[in-house]
Amino acid sequence: MAVCIAVIAKENYPLYIRSVPTQNELKFHYTVHTSLDVVEEKISAVGKAMADQRELYLGLLYPTEDYKVYGYVTNSKVKFVIVVDSSNTSLRDNEIRSMFRKLHNSFTDVMCNPFYNPGDPIQSKAFDGIVSGMMVQPS
Amino acid sequence: MAGSQWELPPELCCRPMAFVALTGLDVVYNAVHRAIWDAFCANRRADRVPISFKVLPGDHEYPKCRTKRTSYEWYIPKGILKTGWMNKHLNLVPALVVLFYELDWDDPQWKEKQSECATKVEIVRTSLQGRNTKVAVVLIQKKTPLPPGEDLVASERAAALCNACDLSGKSLFVLPHTDHLVGYIIRLENAFYEHAQTYYYTEIRRVKSHKEFLNKTTHQLLFVRHQFKIAFFSELKQDTQNALKYYRTAYSLVHELRAHETNMLEIKTMAGFINYKICRLCFQHNTPLDAIAQFRKHIDLCKKKIGSAELAFEHTAWMSKQFQSFGELFDEAIKLGLTAIQTQNPGFYYQQAACYSQDRKLQAQQLCQAHRMSLPTPDPLETPTGGLDFYGQRPWRQGHQSIDPPDPEKEKAGILALQIKERDVPHSELIIALLSNAVAQFKKYKCPRMKSHLMVQMGEEYYHAKDYTKALKLLDYVMCDYRTERWWGLLTAILTTALRCAYLMANVKDYITYSMELLGRASTLREEQKSRIEKNLIKVLMNEVPDAEPECDPSSSTAAASLWNDRMALAGSNDFTIEVQDYVPFIQCKARFQSPSFHVDQPIQLQVFVRADCPHPVRFNKLAVSLSNQEYNQWCVVESSGQENMCLSPGATRCYNFSFVAKTEDVGKKIEMTGIEVMLGSETGRCVFLSWRGAGGDAASTHEALQAIRSLRHRGRGTEGRQELDWDSLTIQHSTMIISRVPKISVQLSHQPPALNNEMYCINFTVQSQEEAVARDVKLTAGLKPGQEANLSHTTYVTLNSSKVCDDSDPALLPDIPLGDLNPGEKSEAPYWVRAAITTVFQWLITLYSVDLFNSIIIVCAHICFSLKFEPLDRVAVDIPFLLMTDLLSSSPWPILLATSSLQLVTMTSKTAQLHSQLEQVVLQTGECASECFCLQCPPVANSSNTVATGQYLISWRSPDSPLVQTAVTLPHVILETVPLYIHAELPSFGRVRESLPVRYHIENRTALVQEVEMAVEPSDAFMFSGLKQVRLRILPGSEQQMLYNYYPLMAGYQTLPQLNISLPRCPTTNTHTLRRFLPQRIFVKPQGRQLDDASIAAA
Repeated sequence: MAVCIAVIAKENYPLYIRSVPTQNELKFHYTVHTSLDVVEEKISAVGKAMADQRELYLGLLYPTEDYKVYGYVTNSKVKFVIVVDSSNTSLRDNEIRSMFRKLHNSFTDVMCNPFYNPGDPIQSKAFDGIVSGMMVQPS
Repeated sequence: MAGSQWELPPELCCRPMAFVALTGLDVVYNAVHRAIWDAFCANRRADRVPISFKVLPGDHEYPKCRTKRTSYEWYIPKGILKTGWMNKHLNLVPALVVLFYELDWDDPQWKEKQSECATKVEIVRTSLQGRNTKVAVVLIQKKTPLPPGEDLVASERAAALCNACDLSGKSLFVLPHTDHLVGYIIRLENAFYEHAQTYYYTEIRRVKSHKEFLNKTTHQLLFVRHQFKIAFFSELKQDTQNALKYYRTAYSLVHELRAHETNMLEIKTMAGFINYKICRLCFQHNTPLDAIAQFRKHIDLCKKKIGSAELAFEHTAWMSKQFQSFGELFDEAIKLGLTAIQTQNPGFYYQQAACYSQDRKLQAQQLCQAHRMSLPTPDPLETPTGGLDFYGQRPWRQGHQSIDPPDPEKEKAGILALQIKERDVPHSELIIALLSNAVAQFKKYKCPRMKSHLMVQMGEEYYHAKDYTKALKLLDYVMCDYRTERWWGLLTAILTTALRCAYLMANVKDYITYSMELLGRASTLREEQKSRIEKNLIKVLMNEVPDAEPECDPSSSTAAASLWNDRMALAGSNDFTIEVQDYVPFIQCKARFQSPSFHVDQPIQLQVFVRADCPHPVRFNKLAVSLSNQEYNQWCVVESSGQENMCLSPGATRCYNFSFVAKTEDVGKKIEMTGIEVMLGSETGRCVFLSWRGAGGDAASTHEALQAIRSLRHRGRGTEGRQELDWDSLTIQHSTMIISRVPKISVQLSHQPPALNNEMYCINFTVQSQEEAVARDVKLTAGLKPGQEANLSHTTYVTLNSSKVCDDSDPALLPDIPLGDLNPGEKSEAPYWVRAAITTVFQWLITLYSVDLFNSIIIVCAHICFSLKFEPLDRVAVDIPFLLMTDLLSSSPWPILLATSSLQLVTMTSKTAQLHSQLEQVVLQTGECASECFCLQCPPVANSSNTVATGQYLISWRSPDSPLVQTAVTLPHVILETVPLYIHAELPSFGRVRESLPVRYHIENRTALVQEVEMAVEPSDAFMFSGLKQVRLRILPGSEQQMLYNYYPLMAGYQTLPQLNISLPRCPTTNTHTLRRFLPQRIFVKPQGRQLDDASIAAA
């Protein structure tokens, strides 16, 4: 399960960041922020022509000693980042993928809300609920 | 020195090369020897064999070889690897000792020299007692040797020498001291290299042979040691593949050792060494992925091997070193051509090394803070030799291998000594060095955000190291990246650190700047923190010392407080201007001109909106707007001198209105806001000018405005009325245009379109002044608007004089027609006349100038001409009369009076006398047509051209109430042709059924030749006829022949006359068709009437 989940706007500012409360929140902010370097690089590496067929899931962005950072970019260049504890070896690529898919679906619901102004921080309770379900449960 | 405990020994990090000792060379006093030595040393490029040479005296003492152990049964090893071992085999124990000796084959004292050489060899052998080191002899000779086998003396003496020295033939070399020294040296060293390899091979065999004596219980350490030695010898032998294999075995053996607290450090140290070797060889073999995998495995295996909890910092220090040295290996490999990628580059390893160093610092702070006491005596870290015997052992219990420490007291003292030593380690320095290494790497691999993150860490580390200036420099540098990317949480964290630095340095300006941003809307601080910061800020503005920032350590805070006191005591330099445009300050400001343009006679209106985001109300003393024309600045200032309340309550927007009148010089210019200043504080305390460039806004406002627009699109108009002022959707209007005032003069044009082509068209205009003053020197420009088709301006004429028809001499544009002065309410009228010759719609320009009014009126009038049609004949025959008919069609909406018309002929002559015009005084209504007919004849033309100009048709006409105009229409050119034969018929105007109709054909020969003519009359149903049906005749030049036929019509009505076929055999070009034109085709035949002379029926 994730220790941090973030949604980043097209312009690379955070729309939503949630991390496990037990650890230093700021550290996760930095981790997510620095992972954008890799995301940007991966997006730009895919040629313009291929942009349509680009896979949204970017896979493992970079491993740090303690965490694994995974990325996902929607077609509208909104980025999802999931940070997983390195010690958590039970998570497979497929599960990460399905987490992202769930996140994307919920994000789409947020966007469909007529009262949500795209570009504003996400405050949806439903979205929060989905994210909570994917986070490491405080024991 | 403190960090050096963790440094890898240099003998581990270097590339092992075979060690060959050269003796018998006197490199100081003997030039020949010097040259030989230089040839060995100089230019050791990659293509030379890897040997490290050393010159040693002939009687050099080599390290003694210990007596060979015959049994390992009772031997208990004291450690894994002796600290001196690697150095011994790299630099002390040679693989080969070469003895240089000057001796020619034909030396006169051969015997003596030979025995001297043998003695020297013996000396070397003795000092190498017990070692497998090879000995070789090189004879330095002055003469070039003969090819092998030819010099019998040489081979005989060589054998003798070998025998005397107990050398094999392969170990005796000859070095002729001639021109090709380097060539000989290279051949020599290749030979040495082979010997060295043999030596290392035997060494490997020797170490391997120990294995059978070992048992797994007591000799575990030896297993590692032997594998390491074999691997190291393999490296010396340059057999890196095998070396890698042995190192790998050694590595797995190290981890099989029983680990406990007392030997943990030794195991980790050795594991680190072996890992370093493996990674190094993997990079060397260009298998970086293997290196990375090995390193990961190493880290995973060792991560948890912390060892003694009291010395936890040692583990993190060691971990940091592991990452650092791997980073360095990686970086080195990149320099040698390896390509790294964004997600796998040395930067990550340096970063992790820094991370462990940070942990080390924290652990050191925790573990070492308690000990205020001094170093125990005697120093447990001192050893009798000054160093350790084995790598990774404790100085106070060297060689101890059992689980429990031998002496708990000593152990305690040792740990204490280590902790005290750790306290003096400059941790921050180490961390910063690692971080800056990482920054350099991430910069190279396109990771700007990672770079910023590391720079923040560096800044924080400088802060911990109390180097606040450097800390601020770094933090300030990266702050703007986080600001532009709108990561407010991170920005706030950085600002908080920066504020602490500014506080501890008592840097007033920075302190204010950071406070302002931390109070602003971008800050994610909680209200109470903001409230504290605001109170501090107000204190600073009142020239008081602010409260200490929390989380600063108390001693620094005290120091800072005294710094602040000093700062406050200083008079002057209490004014600051802070450019806030690029920050997100807690006071927001936006300004706009009410309109994008103002007339010069209207007051310019300017609004400045100010708003504060801080938790408490804030008072400011002055608001000033500066404009591009500074003369207006005085009108755009508001100060709190009066009773005016200049207090901003949190979240509320205040609007300040300014208005001023623009100067007339600025008409046509733009007025821009160049800056806005808000003054906080007062002159008595401290003044801070917040300055915005342009018309306000800050680093975050553009995005907010964009979001506001987006949300308005959703919300529609519903909220617009309700919300008095939505801050985010306030737009900035930073400039306005000063435009000239609207003149109160009316210009009216009266005319009756359409104008006719060529007509003198009258346009009346009326100028009326409603100004309150006299409009002086009013001038008018009238005419065709310039810039239209050139054709148009050439054919359009404007005049003020109606008495004369205008022509080419008149211009298309009449500039500056003076109208004199216009009194208020006065009207001025003037007609002018226009004549245009082209039918088009064109634009007419009337410009009215006055001295003090600048205004122009453009009036467009449509203009349509009337057309005159002329139907031309297609071809005309020479000397044969023809009719010219003109048709005049009026398309004018009003009647046109045709005064007169006439023909002006060029080459043709009129057959009739010149009569007065048939159209004189005819009035044509719209759509009516007037025709005239002229009979003309064309004389033969001298030149050969086929076309002749007909001439012009002149019509004088006028429309009602306008002067007479003459229009000339150029008649079309006609094609002239000459005919050889002219034929015309003479016949009555009509015939009658069954009455004779005499027709006489006149055939004229117009050529100078006799023409033969064949004539035939074709039969016709409508006529019977008498006369020659077919005839052939000759006509003399210029004469004519008449043919008379009597036609007898049979049917009434228009009848086609019998066809006359004429052919001219001499002129084949002229056929019946060309001639037939001259003849009438039909005739009207009257029926047989009862009234015989009814003349009322006329034929055409």
